[in-house]
This record gives sequence, C-alpha cells and structure tokens, in this order.
Amino acid sequence: MENIIEVKNLTKKFADFVAVDNISFDVKKGEIFAFLGPNGAGKSTTIKMLTTMLHSTDGDIKINGFDTKINQDDVRRSFGIVFQDPSLDDELTAYENMELHSVLYNVDKKNRKNRIEDLLKLVELWEKRKDLVKTFSGGMKRRLEIARGLLHHPKIIFLDEPTLGLDPQTRNLMWEYLKKMNKEENITVFFSTHYMEEAAKIADRVAIIDHGKIITMGTVDELQQKTKTDSLEEAFLKLTGSAIREEQAGNLDQMRARSRIWRK
Amino acid sequence: MNTVYILWLRQLKRYLRSRSRIIGALGQPLLFIVAFGFGFGAIFARAGAGNYMNFLIPGIIGQSILFTAISSGIDLIWDRQFGFLKETLAAPVSRFAIFFGRTLGGATVATIQGIIVLALSFIVKFQPFSLTYTLIAILAMFLISLLFTALGTAMAAKMEDFHGFQLIMNFLVMPLFFLSGALFPLDSMPKALNIIAKFNPLTYGVDLLRGLLTNIWHFNMSLDLLILAGLTAFLLLLGSFLFSQIEV
Repeated sequence: MENIIEVKNLTKKFADFVAVDNISFDVKKGEIFAFLGPNGAGKSTTIKMLTTMLHSTDGDIKINGFDTKINQDDVRRSFGIVFQDPSLDDELTAYENMELHSVLYNVDKKNRKNRIEDLLKLVELWEKRKDLVKTFSGGMKRRLEIARGLLHHPKIIFLDEPTLGLDPQTRNLMWEYLKKMNKEENITVFFSTHYMEEAAKIADRVAIIDHGKIITMGTVDELQQKTKTDSLEEAFLKLTGSAIREEQAGNLDQMRARSRIWRK
Repeated sequence: MNTVYILWLRQLKRYLRSRSRIIGALGQPLLFIVAFGFGFGAIFARAGAGNYMNFLIPGIIGQSILFTAISSGIDLIWDRQFGFLKETLAAPVSRFAIFFGRTLGGATVATIQGIIVLALSFIVKFQPFSLTYTLIAILAMFLISLLFTALGTAMAAKMEDFHGFQLIMNFLVMPLFFLSGALFPLDSMPKALNIIAKFNPLTYGVDLLRGLLTNIWHFNMSLDLLILAGLTAFLLLLGSFLFSQIEV
C-alpha cells in the first residue's frame, strides 16, 4: 500500500474547545513525517487519536489499512509509540519492561530473547538491562522506550515530542537509531515536535499545525518555497506568527510540575 | 490470560521491591493496635465487653486492607499520565484483562499486608481461636481486598488528577474505617451511625474477620459472605466497565 496512514476530516472537540479541526492528510509507507506546531496546536491530541487512545469527534483514520474505530487491535499491533511523558514501569528493570511489552504484544517466545537483546544493544542499554528504570536518566528512559516501541516490529513508530528535555548527544543517538530502522526495515516514522531544526533535518515531509488546523504540508524545500523564506524556522514563524502564546496551565502541567519535584 | 498473569506479577514485584513502603504501610495499623489496644483495653474490660485487643485486631487488619487496596486503585491516576497504564492502553489486549490483572495484583498485595498485620499481632498476644478458621480468614482477607481494590480502581478511573483523592480519603475512606465496627462494637453506637454502618461494606468485612479469628459475631458468616461476594462481583463489573472507558 502507498499510504500507511490515512486521515480524513479528523475533528476533536472538548466541551466548547476544538482541539483538532477537520484535518486531512496521508503518510506514505516508509516515510519520516513530522507534525510541527506550537504548544497547544493539537499535535498530541492528533497522535492520541491515531493511536486509539482517544476517540475522535468526527472523521476517519486508517492505520495500515485498518480503521481505528473498527479494528482497534489490528491497528495497535501495527504501531509502536513513544509518549511525551514516560510510560515505563520505574520499579521494574529495563529487561522486565521489555519482557512485559513482549507479552502484551504477543511476541512469540522463540524470538523474544533475541529481539530484546538486539534492541537493547541498538540503544546501548544492554549493559544496564538489570537495572531498575527509576535509576535511569531522562535520556536513557527515552532510549528504552524507543527500543520497547520497536520490539514487536511495528510498521509505524509514533513519537510525541520525543526529544523534549533531552541533551544533544541523546537526541542525536535517538535519531540515528530511528533513521537506521527507517532505512533498514522501512518503518514509517511519525513524530510531533515544536523544534523546527529537528523537523527540517530529519523529516521527509512536514505538516505545520496550529489551532487545530493544518496550515500547510510538504517537504522542507516546498515549504520554504511557498513562504519565500530561507529556512523552515522562518517559514514556520511566518505562518504561525511570532507572538508569544497565552497558555493556561492545565491539570497535566500541574502534574508534570509535581513529578519534577517528587521525581517519581 | 498471559496478560492478566503478567500484570498481576507486576503489582507483586512493585510491592516486594519497596521495603520502605511495606514498613511504612504497617505504621498506621501498628500505631492503632498499640495506642487503642493498650489505651482502651482496661476501660473495655471494665465495661464487661471482654478483651479489647482481641476485638480490635481484626478491625485493624480490615483497616490495613482498606487503605492498601484503595491506594493501589488510586495509583491508577498517576499511572495514567506518567506510568505504565498508557503502555497497556495502546497495546492490543482487552481492557478487561488489564483491569483484572491490576485488580488481582492489588488485592494480593493488600492481603499480604493483612497477613503481616495478623502475624505482628501475635506479639501483643493475639490468639486466633482456630487454625482452620484462620486460614479461611485469609481467604476472607482476599475477598475484602478484591472489593476495595475494585472500588479504588473504579473511582480512580473517573478522576483526572489528585484533588479528588484528598476528598475521597477524608470523606469516604476515613468514615468507612471509623464506622465499620473496627474500633468499637456496633451495638453501642447511636441508631443513626448504626444505620450508616449497615451500608458500609467494611462493616461486613470486619465482622467476617472478627468472627473467623475470634468467634465474635455481630451478624453471621452467611450474611457477611453474601454481601461481600455480591458487592465484589458488582464492583468488579463496574470497575472494568469504567476502566474500559478510560481515555488518556
């Protein structure tokens, strides 16, 4: 199939607030696709709908040919996801986290051990496999989540703001693994970010999203041409405006602040 | 079913690996045993009601089960945003399996806590009246644990953050504990409180434990079992339904 992700007229309304407003786009198999937008643009909400974690208000999503409303489990088997906030079990070891995932995704026992080893070695965490995840730094956790997300050999890997808060070395390493997976296994990479250089350097195509709408979409060159600018950064600012956004700290921000204090 | 097993195992591993949490959770029950047991012992005996320590211990076991079970349910709120829950929700497994694994695991942990409190009570010379019935009491502990873990999970499934948790602790869990016959006999309560106690699941749990361990019954074994089993079944259904509706 050409398009591994097909989104038509996707909308999400919360009470009176429209988070995602009638967006449509396709992602080709084997592509590296970026959703670029400021905070509150609707990126995370879109990813949550793509990954069956959230119901849409309207619209259709097809992942790997499966409709997210009808064949949820088939959809889930088709992708791996790295969330914005950590989703590892801190009180288990790196290896145990990988094992858990392999049970949940029914990776057959014969391949389990080898795959876990290969992936942990890929993200350079094999030496630390018996350490509890709570001893890991943010970067190590993110690397582990990537290894875990790839464990069941998904066709797509979704990453929601994957490099937020990471040091440059880890960021670099992360993209290296992902590009390797993309080239060797033809895994489609879909990520959201508000870092323009990242989108420009890594993605084949970029969709710029703001206020829940896709403003424009295309390769980095196309976007620069369209907006007559010299860099994705300028194009982005031109399209979304340079004014600082009024943001309100919601429950999630409070919980994030709390987690930083308690380091749970 | 592998899912249920591995999620159950996960809860167990988390509990066993946190020695400080285990000891910490025993603090409150021990405090109550020492303070109330020795504090009110003489008065209770003088009132002709017998050995207060014997009366109290099953109530305190009920207390530790209640608090442990509810808090493992509440763990769900944190897990939802920062933890492992999202990984399970994105996985191709049924929500029911996830819910059962977690709930069975949480209930097992609460039961282990109850057993530890029971073991510790031997230090203050608590003596169960029959070994067989004590073993049945452990099964009863599991039933009660299941009830309250399912309840905790059901409540947590509807909560988005921790603010509701404070309310729950002060206006639900504490009253459930204090008005359950855990600390003082039900017959000595004013009618209004007595009626409230009759609607409290823990009342039947404490009565069941007290009956099986010391042969002191307020109600009777059949009634306790019936109510507890019925409520547990209902809460398991309700909990798994609410859990299946969770969106992140």
